[in-house]
Amino acid sequence: MNSSRLFSGSFSLRELHPATIVTVVFLIAYPSFASNFFILQIGAYSLILGTIALSLMMLAGYGGMVSLAQLTVAGLAAYLMAILGDNSMGVMGLGWPWWLTVIVSVLGAALFSTFIGAVSVRTEGIYTIMITLAVAVAFFYFVRQNYVLFNGFTGFAGVEPPTLFGVYWRDPVPFYYLTLTVAAGFFFAVYYCARSTFGLGLQAIRDNPRRMRALGFNITLHRIVAYFFAGVIAGFAGVLLVWFNGRVSPGTIGVDVAIDILVIAVVGGMRHPIGPFIGAIAFVLLENFAIDLIDRERFNMVIGTAFLLVVLFSPDGLLGLWNRFRDRFRFRGNALLGAERVNKDDPASTGSLEKS
Amino acid sequence: MAKIRHLMAAAIALSFTGTAVASAEDIKMGALATLEGAFTVLGEDGMRGVKLALEEFDYTAGGKKIKLITGSSDASPDSAVRAVRKLVEQDGVQIVVGPLSGSEGLAVKDYAKTQPDVTFLNGSSAAQDTTLRSPAENFFRFNTEGAQWMAGLGEYAYNEKGYRSVAVLAEDYSFPYTQVFGFLEPFCRLGGKSPIDARFWVPIGNKDYSSVIAALPDDVDAIYVALGGADAVNFLTQYEQSGGDLPLIGGSITVDQSVLGSKGKARSFVVGTPSAGPVSDTWDDPRWKEFVAAYKAAFPDGFPSPSLFAHAYYINTKAALLALNEVNGDLSDGQKKYREALSNLSFETPTGMVSVDERRNAIADIFLTEVIEGPDGNLLNKTIKVIPQVNQTLGVSYEKFLEYGQVGRENPSCS
Repeated sequence: MNSSRLFSGSFSLRELHPATIVTVVFLIAYPSFASNFFILQIGAYSLILGTIALSLMMLAGYGGMVSLAQLTVAGLAAYLMAILGDNSMGVMGLGWPWWLTVIVSVLGAALFSTFIGAVSVRTEGIYTIMITLAVAVAFFYFVRQNYVLFNGFTGFAGVEPPTLFGVYWRDPVPFYYLTLTVAAGFFFAVYYCARSTFGLGLQAIRDNPRRMRALGFNITLHRIVAYFFAGVIAGFAGVLLVWFNGRVSPGTIGVDVAIDILVIAVVGGMRHPIGPFIGAIAFVLLENFAIDLIDRERFNMVIGTAFLLVVLFSPDGLLGLWNRFRDRFRFRGNALLGAERVNKDDPASTGSLEKS
Repeated sequence: MAKIRHLMAAAIALSFTGTAVASAEDIKMGALATLEGAFTVLGEDGMRGVKLALEEFDYTAGGKKIKLITGSSDASPDSAVRAVRKLVEQDGVQIVVGPLSGSEGLAVKDYAKTQPDVTFLNGSSAAQDTTLRSPAENFFRFNTEGAQWMAGLGEYAYNEKGYRSVAVLAEDYSFPYTQVFGFLEPFCRLGGKSPIDARFWVPIGNKDYSSVIAALPDDVDAIYVALGGADAVNFLTQYEQSGGDLPLIGGSITVDQSVLGSKGKARSFVVGTPSAGPVSDTWDDPRWKEFVAAYKAAFPDGFPSPSLFAHAYYINTKAALLALNEVNGDLSDGQKKYREALSNLSFETPTGMVSVDERRNAIADIFLTEVIEGPDGNLLNKTIKVIPQVNQTLGVSYEKFLEYGQVGRENPSCS
């Protein structure tokens, strides 16, 4: 059976690949055998970073717009949580109820993302990267030097999720399931969005904007709406991030971290929404355990080398590595097909439009 | 594609087994410092301090082997909490030494409250509120903090130097706030002035000081400068080039070896600058000289003289080991006995006797220094005076000290 059919949107339950079932069961059963450290710092943190990278993957993979400001959007949601909700710093902390804070924070982040989209979508390639980078840097310095709203260098601490239904949602197991629900929800949302008229339109604009404009599409508006959706995803991830850390400061949204998000998306693979999550797991595992593998002064070199190797040998990231391995395995001896990178059967791949 | 997740799952499951390497009899100690980012060099020197203390005890305390596990942060509170969480929850350390910088210390203190079975000793972080307000039961700080480091400097500037009004230039975060407070509090109590609009706060890593220099008022007697590393060098060079002639007063890391060792005309300009801090490079005392000699022998590639970061990490690690000896390595019962031993500990360090107060913050000697030109042309910090046994509330009662309010840009108001 062709496993890529799984993700084509036209499968029945009987067609489910055993590996999918194993993955789902594993993700749900994970807290039952993992330690608290692995549940929270590896599991939940990977899912949060994966969700932020997912919003970038949606823009870059489907829309061809590489935005370095997705972490900034998530950071704004995190800051809004601290400003509108409660914090322990004695600055701002308006004490709104949690549900209202979450809604306003996510919406605020989405509007900010829309604004970033509005100023950047008329550019292409490197210029989009430059504009979004400029926004990220400007926001970083702004929050670091603004004391009235953002409490400057120190930022906010003591931001906590609510206790609901008798469960404290910052405890490892409930928090893991919370992040898993959000991440899985957005994973499927992006996945199906790619097959929707809107998603197909976005991919078509990426591949040939002039033709789409000639066909009567308002491509600027289309791209800005994509930024809005990406902002919703990043905003929710930002809420989870501030609950996870319990704090937010300019260091949370620095340029180095924004680049980490790009690295996660690129290393994971931009062609399928599962890519950012794979990249995030690889990144978090390396970040935590590289220091045990090698001399403490050089552990960042291990991280860098690992990512360099992935990008060098597979421009499509870990996801592409797997696809290539599978193709070679399946068509062993057929050099031509084995080298064929674009999988025409995979609707999420770059070649998908030829089918539609 | 889903198979990748499957493989990752297997990899994760395998890595669970990787933790139980040390034998049950060993004691695991975690050390956390900034081994990446802007403070890497300082973090490395902090780690040298940890190693120096452990080697002195031959990696054995209370009859048990000590296994050292290191963690790294980039000076942001988030990364410090992530690194310390890994040390505690994954590597299973029973004692943590760290972190390095002020805001990290506040974050780790909050984390310590969620881990009552682990004992935390500070590294070199020197923000006041780590121990002053809502301290953690299991967080000890055997090094003094930023306001204590300024002990005696305010009085010296007012009485000996005769300054009556000073401008302030400092970096804009918790540690310089603490330092400015520690300097101005006694200075203003004696009758000195420091108008709010003559205080300048710059971001870390600021390169261009021309606007600050242009805005400096003419009617002040001196400038109190609390900048670190490259920031200090940049300011001194630019101030000298613009023809500035006001005398300076230095924060604890403003006129240390990393600045005095730099080249250029700014050097001659800083001669005579008074400062204060927990260490003095040229202190003529056998205990300090022995420490410097041990540091130089163990780390030929280190600094010419141990920095205050190596010193602070060394003292905290040594306190952890001495207390372990006292309880014979007994960490049972939620480390109750061990913490009692730490609270009552009083020991000889390279800079004099150290003990902790009831909020587990150090009481120790502070050095008042002044920059002089040495016989071979090098700039040195000459020890003028040792202020004995400075406590965190600077001599007044805890309640009275709290009335001074939290450190910040406008505390004390002093005008």
